[in-house]
Amino acid sequence: MIEKFREWYDDRLAYAKKWKEDTGGKVVGYLCTYVPEEIFYAANILPVRILGDHKPQSVTEPHLFAMYCPFCRDVLAQGLKGHYDFLDGIVIAQSCLHIRQSFYSWQKHRPRDFHYVLPMPQGVQNPESVPYLAEEYVKFKKSVETWIGHELSKEDLVRGIEVVNRSRRLLKDVYELRKADHPPVTGLEAMSMVVSSQVIDKNEHNAILDQFLRNGVKNRLQERDPKSRLMIIGSEDDDMQFLDMVEERGSTIVCDDHCTGSRYFWDEVELGDDPILSLAKRYVERTPCPSKDWPERRRFDRILKFAKEYRVDGAIIVQQKFCDPHEIDKVALLDMLEQNNIPTLCLEFDVTVPLGPMRIRVDAFLETLSGDELF
Amino acid sequence: MQFDLEIKYPSEPLKCWAKGKELRDKYYQDYASAHDSGGIRWSGGAAGLESVMAGFGRDVYPLTGEPYGASIAFDRPFAAKCQAAAEEAGYPRDVCAYMRNYWGSKLLNSFAFGGAFPEPDLYWQFHSCCSHGKWYQEAARIEGKGRPVFVTDCAIGPYFKFNEKTGNYYAAPNENGIRYVVNQLHSHIEKIEKYLGRPYQDELLFEAADNQFANMTIWPEIFMLNKAIPAPLDQKSMFSLYVLGALNKASADFRAFYNELKDEVQDRVNRGIAAVPTERARVMDDIQPPWGFLKIFRHLENYGCVCIGSYYSASLMFAWDITEDGMLVPKKTPKQRGIEIKDRDTCLWHLADFLLSNLWFNNMQDNGLKAWGMKKMYEQWHCDGIMIHYNRGCEGLSMGVAEQRLYLAEHGIPVMSFEGNMGDAREFDEAETIKRIDTFMETLGLK
Repeated sequence: MIEKFREWYDDRLAYAKKWKEDTGGKVVGYLCTYVPEEIFYAANILPVRILGDHKPQSVTEPHLFAMYCPFCRDVLAQGLKGHYDFLDGIVIAQSCLHIRQSFYSWQKHRPRDFHYVLPMPQGVQNPESVPYLAEEYVKFKKSVETWIGHELSKEDLVRGIEVVNRSRRLLKDVYELRKADHPPVTGLEAMSMVVSSQVIDKNEHNAILDQFLRNGVKNRLQERDPKSRLMIIGSEDDDMQFLDMVEERGSTIVCDDHCTGSRYFWDEVELGDDPILSLAKRYVERTPCPSKDWPERRRFDRILKFAKEYRVDGAIIVQQKFCDPHEIDKVALLDMLEQNNIPTLCLEFDVTVPLGPMRIRVDAFLETLSGDELF
Repeated sequence: MQFDLEIKYPSEPLKCWAKGKELRDKYYQDYASAHDSGGIRWSGGAAGLESVMAGFGRDVYPLTGEPYGASIAFDRPFAAKCQAAAEEAGYPRDVCAYMRNYWGSKLLNSFAFGGAFPEPDLYWQFHSCCSHGKWYQEAARIEGKGRPVFVTDCAIGPYFKFNEKTGNYYAAPNENGIRYVVNQLHSHIEKIEKYLGRPYQDELLFEAADNQFANMTIWPEIFMLNKAIPAPLDQKSMFSLYVLGALNKASADFRAFYNELKDEVQDRVNRGIAAVPTERARVMDDIQPPWGFLKIFRHLENYGCVCIGSYYSASLMFAWDITEDGMLVPKKTPKQRGIEIKDRDTCLWHLADFLLSNLWFNNMQDNGLKAWGMKKMYEQWHCDGIMIHYNRGCEGLSMGVAEQRLYLAEHGIPVMSFEGNMGDAREFDEAETIKRIDTFMETLGLK
C-alpha cells in the first residue's frame, strides 16, 4: 500500500487531469505552502502544489535572472513547457521573491482563468498580522466565489478546514511512528506521503493514509537496521533520488524541517467561531519559512525539539542554491546545532542533483557519525 | 575613446555640490558621535520612515544600511575586507552585497567614515524584500548584546494596479494593508518608548513627517526638470544628490538643501546649462550601479551621451504618482492636498501611504509596474535607449529584470544589459561592460 504514495507523486499530473475529467471540477496550482488550501477544499476545487521535475531545461533563461533559485526555475519551466496547461488557475501566497517571480512569469506567458497573489504577511511575529490576514482571506474568498459563481458558506469552510486538518493529523501519526528505535517508515516513504498529500485530493489521500496506519504499519521494517538517525533541514526538497541515496548508504531520515515535510502540515487550524480568523491564526503561527522567521528565530525551537524527540545522530542541511533566507539562517543554525552537539552536513541543491559527488560527501558524513575515533 | 564632438551647450559645475557633500559627511559624524551628548543611535533600512523615530527626540540619529553599504562599495579595498570578514563568518557570496558590507564592517569593528563601528542602541527595519528583516536580525546576533530589533512588515501587495483598457497603471491602495502597517508603527512606538525610557513626542513626529513628505517629493520635482534638453543633471552627479533621501528623509537640513538644489537646477534649465555640453543622445538606466565603477557613466560622455537618471535614482526613496493619462508625476504631499495632520494615527497613515506607494517597493509586489514605468520614463525624459544592470548584489530590486528587458525590447526600445554587482567588485567585469557600452552606443548611431 505504501507504494501508492510514491505512485501518486510520480504520476501527479496524470492524477490531476483525471480528477478533473472525472469530477468536472476545477484544478488550481499553488506555488507555496502558505496558500490556504482549505478555501479550495471548501469550494470543491482541487489544489495541487506545483513542483519541479528535476530535469535540465532551457526555457526559463529569458525570464529569470540567473541568481534566482533552482526551485523557482524548475517550477516556472513546468508552466512554460505546458505541463500544467490543464490548470484552471494559479495562486501564490507571498513568501519569497524568487517563487513570486515564477508566478508572475507564469501568469504573463501562460495565463490561467484565475490567478491570485495573496499578500500573506511576512512579519508573522507582529500581532497585527492575524487581523490583517483575516481581512485578506475575506477578499480572497470573495474572489474564489466570483470565479466559481456561488458563495461559500461557513459550513463549506468548516468542511474544507476539517479535510485538511485530518490530513495533518494522519501525517503527524506517521511522523510519530518514526520516533521508534526501528522506524516502520523510511524518510523516503514519509516524504512520498507528505508530497503526495500536496498534489492528490486529500479526501482520497486521507482514506488511504488512514488505512495504511490501521493495517499493522508498526510492524514494518523491524528487521531493518536504521543505522544513523538523521534529520533533514532546509528549503523545498522533493528530490527522492537524494533521499533514497542517503538512506541506502546507511541511515534513516527520521524527521525534517522543510516545506515538503513537517513545515507543511505540522500545525492544525484550531477552529473557533470564525473559520476565517481561525485559518489566519494557523497560517501566521505555523512553523515559519525562514523568509518570515524574524526578528526571533522561532523555527530553531522546533528543529531542536525534533532533534531531541527523534533522537537524531546528525542533520543534513539541504538548501536550494541562491536561497537567501536559508543562506542567512545557515550561520546561526549551524551555530545552534553545534552547541547542541548535532553534527551537520551542508549541501547546496540545484535543479538536478549530482548524486555521485553528493554520495561521497554523505558517505564521509555517515562515517564520522558511526565510526570509531581514530586516535 | 573620445570623439571630436561639437560643444553644443554651456556647462558649469553645480554651485551647491560642496554643500551636499558636507551634509552627507555630517550625517555620518552626527551618528557616530551621538552618544557623546547622550543621544540615541539607531540603524535600519533606507526605505523606511525616519520621521517616526524622530518623535523620540532631536538627538536621535539614524544609520541606514543600504547607503552605508554603498559607501563601503565605493571604497573597493575596504569593501574587499568587509566581504572577506563576512565570508569568514560563514555568509555566502550571493546574499545582498550591502548586507555583507554592513556585517563585514561590524565584524571588523571598523566604520567606513573613521574609527570603530558605532553600534546602534536599537534596530528598526522596514521589511519588503526577503533579506530586509533578516539583515538586522543577523546584525544583532553578530553584535551579541541583545539589542532589540523591530521590523515593520511593509510587504502588503501592490499599491498600483494595471488597467487593461488604458494600458496604464493607477493608484489603488489597499486600505487593509495600510492599516496593518500603521498598527505595527503604533505598536513599535510603544515598545521603543519602553525600551528607551523616553516619552514619544507627537509634535516632533509631525515636524519630521512634514520634512519627510517634502523630501520625498522635492527630489521628484528636481528629477522632472531633467526632462529638459540639454539635461541639467547627469546620473553620476545625481547619485551623490539623491542619496540624502536614503540617509534621512526626515531631515530639515536635507529639505533645505533639496529646495536650494531645485532652484539651482531650474536656473540651469532656464539658462540652458548642460551636464554634458556635447549632449546628442540620452539614455537612462534601471537599478543600483556597480558603486565602485561609476566611471562607466562618464564613459557615455565620450559619445556625447548623457544618462538622465534611472528608475532607481528617480524613485528609490521618493514618492511618485501616476496621472489618469498615465504620466509619472511627483506625489502630492498631504499639505498640498489640503490635509492638516493633527493626530498620530493620521500622521502615521499618510507616512505609511507614502512608503507603500513607493515604486521600488511595488516592484517586489508586481514587477510589471517597473517595466511599464521605465517605458514611461523613456518617453517622458526623451531617451534614446535604456541600460539594464543584472545586479547580482540585490535580488529584491533585480526582481523581474529579465521580464522587464523583454518588455522594453518588445516595445521597440533599444536596451543593453550588463551583469555586475552593486557592492562586490569581484562580480563586475569593467572591460566587458565598457565594450558592451561601446557596442550599444554604436547601435544608437553614435560613432
